[in-house]
Amino acid sequence: MNKLELQKCANQLRKHIVTSLHAAKCGHPGGSLSAADIVTYLYFEEMNIDPKAPDKPDRDRFVLSKGHVAPALYGALAMKGYFPEEELVKLRKTGEMLQGHPDMKGTPGVDMSAGSLGQGISVAVGMALSAKLSEEDYRVYTLLGDGEIQEGQVWEAAMFAGHKRLDNLVVIVDNNDLQIDGSVADVCSPYPIVDKFKAFNFHVIDVDGHDFDALDAAFKEARETKGMPTAIIAKTVKGKDVSFMENQASWHGAAPNDEQYETAMADLEKVGEALCQK
Amino acid sequence: MSEVKKIATRESYGNALVELGKEHEDLVVLDADLAAATKTGIFKKEFPERHIDCGIAECNMMGIAAGLSLTGKVPFASSFAMFAAGRAFEQVRNTIGYPKLNVKIGATHAGISVGEDGATHQCNEDIALMRTIPNMVIINPSDDIEARAAVKAAYAYKGPVYLRFGRLAAPVINDKPDYEFEIGKGVTVREGKDITIVATGLEVGFAVEAAENLEKDGIDARVINIHTIKPIDKDIIIKAAKETKKLFTVEEHSVIGGLGSAVCDVLCENAPAPVYKIGMRDRFGESGPAAELLHKYELDAEGIYKQVKANL
Repeated sequence: MNKLELQKCANQLRKHIVTSLHAAKCGHPGGSLSAADIVTYLYFEEMNIDPKAPDKPDRDRFVLSKGHVAPALYGALAMKGYFPEEELVKLRKTGEMLQGHPDMKGTPGVDMSAGSLGQGISVAVGMALSAKLSEEDYRVYTLLGDGEIQEGQVWEAAMFAGHKRLDNLVVIVDNNDLQIDGSVADVCSPYPIVDKFKAFNFHVIDVDGHDFDALDAAFKEARETKGMPTAIIAKTVKGKDVSFMENQASWHGAAPNDEQYETAMADLEKVGEALCQK
Repeated sequence: MSEVKKIATRESYGNALVELGKEHEDLVVLDADLAAATKTGIFKKEFPERHIDCGIAECNMMGIAAGLSLTGKVPFASSFAMFAAGRAFEQVRNTIGYPKLNVKIGATHAGISVGEDGATHQCNEDIALMRTIPNMVIINPSDDIEARAAVKAAYAYKGPVYLRFGRLAAPVINDKPDYEFEIGKGVTVREGKDITIVATGLEVGFAVEAAENLEKDGIDARVINIHTIKPIDKDIIIKAAKETKKLFTVEEHSVIGGLGSAVCDVLCENAPAPVYKIGMRDRFGESGPAAELLHKYELDAEGIYKQVKANL
């Protein structure tokens, strides 16, 4: 996909995110919207996957370590054709497929159940190690929040991945700068994030997480990096493209009401229309 | 009396992994800097490329095991029970139990027979913790023969299994030509019609010895070996409750949440019967030689005998 197509895709994904969370009446819009471009790039450009064969052994893997932004993953999976888009508005409903946090047992295309922070990265590391052990070529991607990296297990996993030189692993940090209780820098600063991953023997790339050219260059650089895992520190905006949600910690875990939903969708329509003018 | 062969079940674990490793290339073993103690070092010597030392990071180890299981390997993640079930509880619950992954957890150094290391390393809570996780199978073998059979059965079973092993050399009690191991199947190791002693792990051998001493007092005690605590063999327990007057459960574990609780759960729903739970009675252990601790906490044959007599 070219840059414009990816942007349109991400815009559509954001509409799905807002719509599914509005229907659910709860959930996590802020981080889902900040991660939307990264998830779009992974599913529509980067990963070797086949919606018709979700379990094929040589596919690339994705572990959503920050599992609370499941709506971003679900939207991408539906758009790819893993399941019907009608499922998205059944998010978080009793007896339905789409759980509040990803459940691999019930949802086609979900490579691993996740959501308890700090744990998904270890699973991704295990998958990457597995490929090395059996000399397979698939690559493994995992997306973490910048608040999530306060979890000690993240650094256990990073130490191991660096030690084992897992160059088939890409760790992406969605650096939207906000967590539930406020700014990550105020709550318990994870900064400097770049230096931390460097110290754990990662190749680190600092990018604008909403710029598809930058993301494209970063993931290509990760592919070319040998002998060490890559960490992509993606600077993002929490609540991206929904005016009243942008940079607001309060939109970490609250769904829009009917009125807010209309405003949010109008905001996203505007972004979409601007892309159509290009 | 002839010399009884003794071997620690952690040793059986290491040996069984080697036997399995020869047959199955997908088997991988993880450890967290305890290979010499958990005995996965035996496997490491044979198959260094399939032994993964994760360093002192048990939570991460459980996640790595999950990732390996998702990509075609059969991982055995090993540490002390304290760290495998205790420290990494939530990782085991969310990353292994919830997605029902094919991960085997080899937890050694369970119970107070850890000995001199003391209370911080004597895990008397692991069975209780693991029992609460849906999908988890829990096996606590009684000797070398059962432990090796359990490791092989765990490999053959698809899904998460918690294997509990001891540090202390335990007498071999299952050296019989007709011995068979089946997950979830209790074993009547001694017939009896007065009372039933339901034991698990290291305590099975002690329970048999206690039953022999009780016989001298005219008490005919049945002894049941529950090697699989989950799923538990309900039938064998209900039958014992109906055919004998009282049940005594014996475990090297807290009386809260372990075998005793599992037996009571079965009985209160199916065949209410009096049960006395022998185990660690809501307290921590301490440092000391294993045999002395087992004696002090009345978890050796003499202790079981005394507690049965006092609570008939």
